This record gives sequence, structure tokens and C-alpha cells, in this order.
Amino acid sequence: MGKYVIRRLLQMIPTLLGATLLIYWLNFSLPGDPTAGRCGERPCSPTYVAWFNHEYNLDKPFVVQYLLYLGKVVQGDLGTDFYNHSVLHELAIRYPTTLKLALIAVLFEVVVGLIAGIWSGMRQGKFADTFVTVVTLLLISMPVFVLGGLAQLIFGIRLKWFPVTAGATAGFYELLMPGLVLGALSLAYATRLTRTSLVENLRADYVRTARAKGLSRFRTIGIHTLRNSLLPVVTYVGGSIGALMGGAIVTERIFNVNGVGSYIYRSINQKDGVGLVGSITCLVLVFLIVNLIVDVLYSVLDPRISHD
Amino acid sequence: MEYLLRMEKLMRTPMKVAAAVFSSALMLVGATACSSNPTDGASGGNGSGAVTAITVRGCTPQHSLLPVNTNEVCGGNVLDASQAKLIHYNSKDAAPQMDIAESIETTDAINWTVKLKQGYKFQDGTEVKAKHFVDAWNWGAYGPHGQVNSYFFEMIEGYADEQCGESGDCQKEKPKADTMSGLKVVDDYTFTIKTTSPTSNLVVRLGYTAFAPQPDAFFADTTEDKSEFAAKPISAGPYRITSVTDTEIVLEKFADYSGKDVGAVDKVTFPIYNDLGAAYNDVVANNLDMTDTIPAGNLVDDLWKSDAPDRWGTKDTGVFQALSYAPGNVDPGLADVKMRQALSMAVNRDEVTKQVFNGARVPATGWVPPMVDGYKANACGDNCVFDAAKAKQLYDEAGGYPGTLSIWVNGDGGHDPWASAVCNQIKNNLGLDCSVQTTPDFATLRDMIMNRELKGLYRAGWQMDYPSIENFLTPLYATGASSNDTDYSSAEFDGLLKEAAAATDNTAANKLYQQAELVLGQDMPTMPLWYQQSQYIFSDKIASVDMTPFSRFDFGSVKLK
Repeated sequence: MGKYVIRRLLQMIPTLLGATLLIYWLNFSLPGDPTAGRCGERPCSPTYVAWFNHEYNLDKPFVVQYLLYLGKVVQGDLGTDFYNHSVLHELAIRYPTTLKLALIAVLFEVVVGLIAGIWSGMRQGKFADTFVTVVTLLLISMPVFVLGGLAQLIFGIRLKWFPVTAGATAGFYELLMPGLVLGALSLAYATRLTRTSLVENLRADYVRTARAKGLSRFRTIGIHTLRNSLLPVVTYVGGSIGALMGGAIVTERIFNVNGVGSYIYRSINQKDGVGLVGSITCLVLVFLIVNLIVDVLYSVLDPRISHD
Repeated sequence: MEYLLRMEKLMRTPMKVAAAVFSSALMLVGATACSSNPTDGASGGNGSGAVTAITVRGCTPQHSLLPVNTNEVCGGNVLDASQAKLIHYNSKDAAPQMDIAESIETTDAINWTVKLKQGYKFQDGTEVKAKHFVDAWNWGAYGPHGQVNSYFFEMIEGYADEQCGESGDCQKEKPKADTMSGLKVVDDYTFTIKTTSPTSNLVVRLGYTAFAPQPDAFFADTTEDKSEFAAKPISAGPYRITSVTDTEIVLEKFADYSGKDVGAVDKVTFPIYNDLGAAYNDVVANNLDMTDTIPAGNLVDDLWKSDAPDRWGTKDTGVFQALSYAPGNVDPGLADVKMRQALSMAVNRDEVTKQVFNGARVPATGWVPPMVDGYKANACGDNCVFDAAKAKQLYDEAGGYPGTLSIWVNGDGGHDPWASAVCNQIKNNLGLDCSVQTTPDFATLRDMIMNRELKGLYRAGWQMDYPSIENFLTPLYATGASSNDTDYSSAEFDGLLKEAAAATDNTAANKLYQQAELVLGQDMPTMPLWYQQSQYIFSDKIASVDMTPFSRFDFGSVKLK
């Protein structure tokens, strides 16, 4: 196990390098002058353009730019974004909010998703099953900006159950609606995965044997079937945790959540290459670590999978 | 029957689950989040009771909060409320009024003497003196400081010596001087300005944010970009910036403010929004007190007026929208003035402003919006009046346009609907092919215009720096001017501008500028479309609020219920 973890950690280095190079290259080869929108509805003065290009190393060849950037990243400095703030600082103050949001979404996804999945899986072909299928289909087919906008309009503006936006100092209550919206889509997938996997396993020989032995329904399903059925769900939820920690760009924008997602949104909007590359590098790292944790968890759930 | 019963049961179970999730989440809220209650907009309530506070949509300032480094809305809204300058623009009609200046005098439009009011206070209690202006301007104009507004000082003598040569690259070439020879402190309350050429409207220009004075604390900051000072700036205006964080900017009323533009509320908080729609929804739900921009989608069918009934307002602004004709050497099809006239006459501005904008734009009759100092109607004359028959006749005389006419707009600004409407009118009235082309964003459009890559027509918006007719003519149409995107060049026009700039009397100068505008009416370098209005909504806590002609809320006009 230890060896496996170390190998995976080492593999992260080339992955990170590749990812940053790709993002950096993509971002800075985009057409358009990054200073073009910075002086109102007019071109910037040559002095300002020269100052700006020097300040952000844009006057150097791409390879030099990238190496300079990488040199700073290795020292733990993600650079200074176009708003003249340290990217690391920006991410540090935003991550708590994004983590809270992700926590709500994951809890919603896991708790409601599993329960709904098990419920419909056990009543295969009956009304419960159809009901869950229809609801999840609805959630899957609805883009998040529609769902978010609708939730905001109905529960925020019309019914006034939740705050319309999360605002500056967002606690769990302010983040509840955005979190539920964010979790809704992965909830639908988690529900369907649980259901399918459960239905498959219920037909397996070992379940029939267990029943024939006279085990209670609760034990057959709760202990034997579920454990086997949850493997694909764990894979999926693990992946979605990584994505959720990255912040949800659209959801955070709709509900004005001051998280990592809204920072990425702003960076994209303002062609803020430094902010964008820095935050995405950070996301890649989070994603890799979460994936590693999920892989290690496999062996706990299924002793047949061994990392030695 | 059984089916129904089962369904009821089924319905009950998910409800319970949902209730369980909600209540557990609420418990979490109780445990952790209650302590961090945001400072909401509600008026002070307990204790003093008299403190009045409002919240206004804010966005992240692009640059440091220095007057010489802020030219966009996000930082500008904040600085506008916190700065005092020599001149203050009346918030009703943008007419310039003396603020810190006692008088600004000249006999030749070149040598100016500025006398300051005595006892005008900065927010740290120190007095505003002549050196605070001169030193601040010298610092702002100095090339290596890289301030975005440094070009505002370019009419002052010695500006060029503070720049890093022709290229502007300060790595290769250092400026010759770090002060401008045209600025001289006479005594504590007097300084002189010498301009490189006659500048009759200098007084009107001096009200722009870039010309604000800086206190001693600014010069005491040893950081190269004055970032320590900019984190908590001190100025001389009605509001003091007390806190700048990533999530909100707070302004508090400056009790000893010396000017006349007194704020009506004690505290203004700008919570930062990344999205216009979120701020808009917050105002509709009364969670935010004001927002100054309505998302394009909510303007359709006047949705915004029904979303916030009796809580909306509009204001004429100094924003002018036009379509530029590509220069003749880039697009020979537009070289003939008759062609340009025909295209302009084929557009029914009344109809487009009504159908597309619901009246939120005013059809243009010239190149200068009505609220600007020096405005005179009808400079464009018949060329801006819809006349399909005459348009067709001129179009035929010009020999027709070869191929498809393109109208270029940036795709990120909601310009597509009106561009399509204009395109269709041209198509129907002149019988030529027209298509709307969009670039992904504004920056790309600017780039292509700067490189003269575009044929056909392209969008040209202009927001004034200062409310003078000159600002709508010189930077845009003078030969070789910085924003002359159409390469327009007319000896007559340039001559009139020069003459106007040399006039010592502002009224006489404006008359000459109006004549110059008439020259544009003959040559049609661009097609005037309309003048913009800004729209805003406010919460039910506010009884009324006005906007300035610069599309900013006038905090002196706020009336709370």
C-alpha cells in the first residue's frame, strides 16, 4: 500500500507539469490583446501596454514565460493576477466557501442519492422505480443554469425561503440552495448507478443463496448486496467530489458565491491568464489527490482489489 | 384504490428524507454560521439609530484604487464618491462647477492660473494645497509608473519628457524628467498650468478623476506602485473608503467634508458581484439596495420595469453609439460619400430604438449626446433621417456595394439584436446583401479594428471622459488621433478644432466645435446611431435616487423611506 501511494504521488509530478504546460499554452495563445479591454472603450496607451507586457512577462518568448512561471510555482507562488492580487491569497480566502458548498452538495448527493437508488432498485418496475427514474431524468436533462435560475426565482425571489444570493460572508444556510442545485445533477447519476448496480446484484447467485439460507431481507440487502453494489458509486462520487471542490463556475456565478468557481469565471472573463492558470493548476492537484484517496478506498470496500 | 394509497405512502417517504437533510443542514448552520452575520443594508436600528446605510452592486476594481489608475466602472464607482477635484460636474446635467478650485483663469488658453479654496480638508485632516495637485499629476504622468490614466495629462507642457520615448517601453529608455515643466507651484494655494497648445476647455477636463489631488500620506508610501496607500486611500471627497476586501468595499461619510456634494446616507457598501444577473435578482428581492446595470435579457419587453414596479429609473448619459465605416483603402466599396450617406439614410433609428431597446436609446441626430457641454442638434442633418427612397437613389448613384456588407459587433455585449435590425433595414431598403459578424469578445473586435482588418461597418461606442463636445470630436476624428478608427482626415475639420482649442472663451470655442461637427455631417466618417440611457433599479427601502450623467449613482440624492 505504501509503495502504491508513493508511486501515485510521483506520477502526479509529470501530470501536473503536463497540465500546467497545456493550460498555459492554451491560455496565452488565445487571440486578442489582454490589455485591449483594460482601458475602457479605448485602446491603452503604448506606455501602459509596454509596462503591462513587461510586468507579466508577455514580452518574452513563450518558453521563457512558462519557465519563469514554473519557477515561481515550484517556490509556492502562483503569481499575481491581473487585478494585482496574489493568486494564492485569492484561492486561500475562497477555498473555505467552496469547500462548504462542496460538502453540502456531496452530502445531498450521497444521502439522498443512495436512499433513492436503493429504494427504486428494490421496487424494480413498480411505481417508485418509475418515479425516481423520471425525476432523475429531469435533473440530468436540465442544464445547471436553468435549474439554478429556476431555484433562485421560485425559492428565493417568489417564496423567499432561501436567500437569493450567498453574498460576502456565506454560511451554510446561505449556501444551502446553491449546494442543493450543485449536487442535483450528480445526485441523479448517483441514484441511477446505485439502482442499476443493486438490481444486478440482487439477481446474483449469492443473494439467492443467502435468501435460501433464511437470512432476513435487511441483512441480504443491507450487508451483502449493498457492499458489492457500491463500488461503481464510490468511483463516481469520488470523481464528482474532485469536480465539486473545483467549484462550480455556473452555480457560483448565479448565486454570487465567492468561491473558486467565481474566481475562475472572473479570470476567464477578464482574460486574466495568471489567475486562470494558477487556479486551474490548483484544481488539477485537488483532483489528483481526491482520485488517489478514492483508489485507496477501493481496497477497503472490496478486499479482492489489492494495491500491493 | 390501492394504487392511490401506495402513491401517498411513496410521496411521504422522500418528504421525510428531504426534511431530515434540511434539518441536519440547519443544525450545522446553527452551530457554525450564525456568528458571521453579514453587515446588511438595514438601517442601524439599535443604539444610535440615526446611521443610514445602503448597499450598491459592486464589482472587483481592475486596477489599484488610485485616481490615476482607474478608468473602468468597478473602481470608478467607488472613487467617484470618494474623490474631490478642482471641478465638480453637476450631477443633474454635468455642468462644471468649481469645487476645490476658487478660480481657474487664463488670457490665452495656454497659461492657466489655478487658485484653491483655503481650508479644504483631506480625510486625514490635512489641508489640500497646491503641491498636492502638482506632485500627484507629475507622479501619475510619469511613464514608468504605468498608470492607465496618464494620457489625461498629455496636454500639459513637459508630458512628453515624462514618457519613455516613442515606443513607450520603459525598459529600453528612461524618461528625461520626472516632473512636467508646465506645472509650477506659486504658493500654498496657487499653481500654474501651461499647456503645449491652446486648450480652451481645460476647465471642463479638470473634473476627471485622474486630476484628483493626493495627500502627504500618498507620497510617504515607499512602495513603487503606492499599493499600501491604495489599500486604504485618503482623498478629499464626501465619502471615505474604510475597507476594501475581496467581497466588499465600504465607504463611510466623511464628517468634515469641505465641498458641496454632500452624501445623503452615512454608509455605502459595495458587495462584490461577479454577475449582473445575481445583483439584479437581489435588488428585485430587496436584498440589495441598488444596481446600475440591467442584464440585457431583462430589458426585453420591459421585463425589468415589471420585476421592480415603481423601483426603477433611467438617465441620459454621455455614451454615444455609432457604426464606423471601414477606411476607403481597406474597403473601396465605402470610399464614396454617397454610399455612406445612403447606408445611413436606410436605417430607421426611431424604429430600432423602439422595437429593440424599448425606448432606452435616443436616436442620434449628430455625434454629440444632448447632455454634453456644447451640444447642438442636427449636425448630421438629413443623413441621419430615415428616407428609403433617397437612400436607394444615392446608393444607385454610388454604383452599389460589391458583395456582402458586413456589420461587425462584439458578441459579448448583447449587440446582436440591434445589429441584425440595422442589417435587415439596409438589406430591405437598398437591396444589397448584409450580414452581422460577431467577434468572441470586445478585446478581439478592438484588435481587429486597430489592425484595420475589417471591411464594412463596425461598432463604435464612445463614453466621454469629460462632458465637453471636444471629447467627442478630437480623440475620434482629428487626423492621426489615438482613437481615429476610420482614418478620417479633413483639413477643414482639423483647422476648426485647432481654432476652437485656441479660443479663450468656452462659448466661442463650442461654436467652432459645432461647426467642426457639421463637417462630419458632410463627410460621414461614421454613422451615428443613438445616445444611450442608463437604467437602474432599487429596493423598496429607497424612496428615490438619481444617477449622474456618468451612469453612477448620485449618493447625495438618495432618499430613504
